[in-house]
Amino acid sequence: MISEITKKIGSIKFSCVSPDEIRKMSKVEIITADTYDDEGYPISRGLMDPCMGVIEPGLRCKTCGCKVDECPGHFGHIELAMPVIHVGFIKDIKMMLESTCCSCGRLMLSAEQVQARRESMEKMEELGGGVIDLKNFSKETAKDASKGMECPYCGAKQVRIKLDKPTTFRLDTGDKAAALKSQQGVVKASASSKLTAKEVRERLERISDEDLRTLGMDPETCRPEWMVLTALAVPPVTVRPSITLDSGDRSEDDLTHKLVDVLRINQRLRENRDSGAPQLIVEDLWELLQYHVTTYFDNQTSGIPPARHRSGRPLKTLAQRLKGKEGRFRSNLSGKRVNFSARTVISPDPLLSINDVGVPIFAARELTVPLYVNAHNIEKVREIIRRGPMADRLTFPYLPGANYVIRADGRRIRVTERNAAEVAENIDIDYVVERQLMDGDVVLFNRQPSLHRMSMMAHRIRIMEGKTFRFNLCVCPPYNADFDGDEMNLHVLQSDEARAEARILMQVQENILSPRYGGPIIGAIHDHITGAYYLTHGDTRFDRFQTSNVLFKLPVKTAAQREESFPDDREHGYKADSADYSIELPEPAGSDEKGEPYWTGKQLFSIILPEDFNATFKANFCHNCRDGCQKEGCKYDAYVKIRDGELMCGTIDVRGIGNSKGKILDRIARDYGSARAAKFINQVTRLVLGALMNHGFSTGIGDEDIPEEAANQIAVHSQECIEKVAGLVESYRDGTLDAMPGRSLRETLEVKVMGTLGDARDHAGEIAEKHLGMENPAVIMAKAGARGSMLNLSQMAGCVGQQAVRGERLSRGYHGRTLPHFDRDDLGAYARGFCSNSYKSGLSPTEFFFHAMGGREGLVDTAVRTSRSGYMQRRLVSALEDLKLTSDGTVRNTIGTVIQFRYGEDGIDPARTVGGKAIDIDDLFYEVLPEDEAEKLIHPETKDKGDDYGTLEKDEMGYSDEDGDNEGEDSGIDDIEGGDD
Amino acid sequence: MSPELPIKIVLDVASRIRKAYPEEERVEYAEKRGKDLMEAAHWMYISHMMDQNESAGVMAAHSLGEPGTQMNMRTFHYAGVANINVTQGLPRLIEIVDARRVPATPSMEIPLVSEIDGLEMDEGIARHIASEIEVTTLLDVASILTDVTNMVLIIVPDARKISEKGIEPEDIRERLNKVKAVRGNVDIDPTNGINIIARSDEPSFKKLQSMYDTIKSTKIKGIDGITRAVLSKDGAGWKIITEGSNLKEVLKVKGVDAEHVMTNSILEVADVLGIEAARNALIREAEGTLGEAGLNVDIRHIMLVADLMTNDGQVKAIGRHGISGKKSSVLARAAFEITAAHLLHAAMVGEVDHLEGVTENIIVGQPVTLGTGAVNLEYKPKRRTE
Repeated sequence: MISEITKKIGSIKFSCVSPDEIRKMSKVEIITADTYDDEGYPISRGLMDPCMGVIEPGLRCKTCGCKVDECPGHFGHIELAMPVIHVGFIKDIKMMLESTCCSCGRLMLSAEQVQARRESMEKMEELGGGVIDLKNFSKETAKDASKGMECPYCGAKQVRIKLDKPTTFRLDTGDKAAALKSQQGVVKASASSKLTAKEVRERLERISDEDLRTLGMDPETCRPEWMVLTALAVPPVTVRPSITLDSGDRSEDDLTHKLVDVLRINQRLRENRDSGAPQLIVEDLWELLQYHVTTYFDNQTSGIPPARHRSGRPLKTLAQRLKGKEGRFRSNLSGKRVNFSARTVISPDPLLSINDVGVPIFAARELTVPLYVNAHNIEKVREIIRRGPMADRLTFPYLPGANYVIRADGRRIRVTERNAAEVAENIDIDYVVERQLMDGDVVLFNRQPSLHRMSMMAHRIRIMEGKTFRFNLCVCPPYNADFDGDEMNLHVLQSDEARAEARILMQVQENILSPRYGGPIIGAIHDHITGAYYLTHGDTRFDRFQTSNVLFKLPVKTAAQREESFPDDREHGYKADSADYSIELPEPAGSDEKGEPYWTGKQLFSIILPEDFNATFKANFCHNCRDGCQKEGCKYDAYVKIRDGELMCGTIDVRGIGNSKGKILDRIARDYGSARAAKFINQVTRLVLGALMNHGFSTGIGDEDIPEEAANQIAVHSQECIEKVAGLVESYRDGTLDAMPGRSLRETLEVKVMGTLGDARDHAGEIAEKHLGMENPAVIMAKAGARGSMLNLSQMAGCVGQQAVRGERLSRGYHGRTLPHFDRDDLGAYARGFCSNSYKSGLSPTEFFFHAMGGREGLVDTAVRTSRSGYMQRRLVSALEDLKLTSDGTVRNTIGTVIQFRYGEDGIDPARTVGGKAIDIDDLFYEVLPEDEAEKLIHPETKDKGDDYGTLEKDEMGYSDEDGDNEGEDSGIDDIEGGDD
Repeated sequence: MSPELPIKIVLDVASRIRKAYPEEERVEYAEKRGKDLMEAAHWMYISHMMDQNESAGVMAAHSLGEPGTQMNMRTFHYAGVANINVTQGLPRLIEIVDARRVPATPSMEIPLVSEIDGLEMDEGIARHIASEIEVTTLLDVASILTDVTNMVLIIVPDARKISEKGIEPEDIRERLNKVKAVRGNVDIDPTNGINIIARSDEPSFKKLQSMYDTIKSTKIKGIDGITRAVLSKDGAGWKIITEGSNLKEVLKVKGVDAEHVMTNSILEVADVLGIEAARNALIREAEGTLGEAGLNVDIRHIMLVADLMTNDGQVKAIGRHGISGKKSSVLARAAFEITAAHLLHAAMVGEVDHLEGVTENIIVGQPVTLGTGAVNLEYKPKRRTE
């Protein structure tokens, strides 16, 4: 289908509207403040005059004869009885009055100065100076000009002007002595006289076009006298529609209300002036008119009370409509509402590919994709239309129907059960049919807050039962999603270009590597890690039955089957998803006593590795043995070595396949491409979950049980520490404590106490750790990097430790004490927030209170942080959004200024770096050199540093400050955060 | 266009070869494999290059903004053993992109030279230099007594403290004589030669009191702005860490390793050392702050932000007073902040928006000029031969 050539807007010019233009543009002069008559028809020459467009269905616009939605609306105008200043320009008017002569209207600069100024301005423009630079320059010009006391042209003495906010100008005729007197309060400042808007306008009229250019204005687009209004444009009715309430009453728009005020006062002013009322009355009315016009433009002008609605709510006038987050710009222009989108709760589905998203039938029936009818597909399309909308077919088997047919002339026909057959017959080439979703359609999937580009990725659809969107758990980290009630949005792409772009650039598999740090952001999480640990740790054996059980969890679709599942793909000739998922069972590793063959976990894991894959690294629970690494001989099985796709030794955990840390994942994504990486993730997650299910896994509070003797040890040691603290306090009291350099005595005490108590907790943790071995499920989770940390465990089993607010021991509350349970000025451990109990043994009432204090700080911190960092990001994006890499390798902004001559000094895409390095030198050696030579050049020490990309999970963020002894918040956070999404 | 291989990669490869092979074999080996290695490296390098029209800016903004949500608000970090309080975490990052004139907790790191006038640096000399830097007020080294009968202030220097700081009573007298309130009326007590007497020139208690107030916080010694200087041992050498920052003056102090002095006040770096130094300071500070929080952000993103902020020779803030307020497009500026003012000014000067940026094109509903929106495809079908 050939679409029309889209019109392109080249540029937009801004200008002021002259009074003449307002009158020319106007279709009707408004003279009466009334809106509707008793029958409810708009009064002619009133604010709702049908010449300005229509808002009620059925009526026709008197100007263009169109109906609602067709008529764009037309302006009207109000002839102001007396001129009124436009508030928005008040500062500019002041500037112009000050810099020009009060009698002849010339700019108060000598000809040479003007010449020099104009030349610099031209130079600036030539050198690509921005509008803002010119603005600042003209401001300076005006400032210089206003310094002169005498006009260089007519010799008139300049009169100083004072701006009485917001809109009144006063002439400062008084000499200095008078001003001084008035300051001292002897004589009141009566020396200044008011400059009326009319006089202002007359003075502005006198300024010549040339002088305006020197002041940086364009007389063609804006003469200064236009800033003093003589005619007020009345926006079309469509801009300020009135709404009919349920009760039948009409409720007018705020702008209409304001215009009514303007009209009323304008009317009275005109009458009074014409009837020769006293000057005072006319002036008062004039000022009132000024007030109404001012608030009509901006109801938040400082210095005047905002105009209010009858209910007391301030009116939303022109400036308020544009300004701020809910204003036109940010809410309707920078962000727009869209069709073809859906939103619902999300839930997990480990059986989906990372590229998929499960869409409920209910949503799929509502969302559509346009099909362009041509000679080749017309029969197929007919078939789809014949099915009708199938709105009540919400169970499987699912077949897509059609909701709308758009004829070649643009008319939309809704497809119903009744007319489906007829519509299907009548379709022709160039018709567009809106087909319901089906498996394989490309959609964008998004979760707010959209903090980075991975917050919006393209997925392939899978129609599913149920009412939630579903996706693979590995895709949680980029969206920062969990399933505690989170909702997500889905947008259906409507054009082939969009679909192609989305598939190539935005699909999940293309975003496995994060551009933030050049490592994987999508990978195994939580139970996957535990599963991988159980699968590969030591020499776990699987008999034939178990092996089959685990391997059957793998997706086994061949290329052909896979293609079939997305029928639309074949039609479009896509091949991207044709990864072959078939696997081969290796020879058994050996046979047990009974002669039954068995396979090792490492063997099973190797099945899914690429055949020529090599890697060497250390697992997360590597003990960093003091006496040097034993490598292959590691007694903890923490040294991972993979050769030719075979896991030789070591345990796979978070450092192997985890998100943000997974070495294997990192390498596969980089060296074998995104499709292979996606396949690996799909396979590995299913495999390890199979292993986990085979093994069985559970954890509970019982996992934090420690033997009584250990509990005693902990109690004894923490008692010792508490006594030590008491000793410290004592030595502080009798002055035997030596102050540390650069610290006061009290600070020294605090530091020492914190150190002692931190030691108490660490020691408790050590004891607990000693008694919680590697067979403990909670410990396995912590050490393998699946969830939780040893700190969490030691707090549960051993001792919660010192609670802190602002990095200090608790000290607030009562005079000299935290709670009335303690003596005043008690600086001991318990009195200042030390919790010697464990979460499991239960906190004492005072400890509980202190713990809540620490926890509260964490919550407040989170709340403050989100808004602050949100604003920072908005500013960053706004500042950097226009920068792009140009074809010559430079980074430039929109006006072509070079920001960087070579992006990042080497032109490398951070997403393609190897931990920030342009190329991986080890890789280079392997690629170019024979293996023995390459090995020689590679230092294993430099190679496996095991970088941590440091992505903190949502609910781990609370206690990221581990060194700050800020352990108040942890397990509690999970529960509280559970509520929000 | 194929850019040159960065020298860093070549050097990395060379150093690996040097480590692995004895001297005699190196050259031979490099000759044998060098060309292949370099060619392969170049190919890898090219394949890792960023694509044209990539929105490098948005990527950088996201990469800096997203970790911001994971940072802590109130983390303070104590620089070394010295216990100097330095703002860290999100507030510091915001401070950096804001290009504040004075950071919330200005601080300097001043390494000292290892040798001074042929003398090896030791703790004594280092301590002396630290006392040269730290501001010492009168009250720090002396107590002030008010003698009401004679209408004088008697300043009694603490012998231990002044010797620690290396101050003579004469220094105090000289210094005080420069203070406006007591100029010319300060003398050393002739009776003991240590105490200093400040006379009041008019016999009023009020005057005496105001004299007391002014002289008690008079700076006797040190560099303005540096409220604390703490000495710490840094490997083999000595290092002073300060609270407060005054780069210009510190650089002049003898014994300071001027090349390695650091301050966290970026504007000060720009003033003293120029814009390139400020750019490096921005990168260093931002990276340090993110690193401290345990977040890994590619340095290229930080570089881009720093380069943008320092692009026109001044450190500009990210925000309405800096970059965003100086954009060439009216619509983009209006959409960011202070909407009405920008529109009105545009109307007054007859500004033209050429719709080159992102926001403007979104506003009018056109494809943006980045990525796939930056290129146009023209399709010329082959004319069918008739």
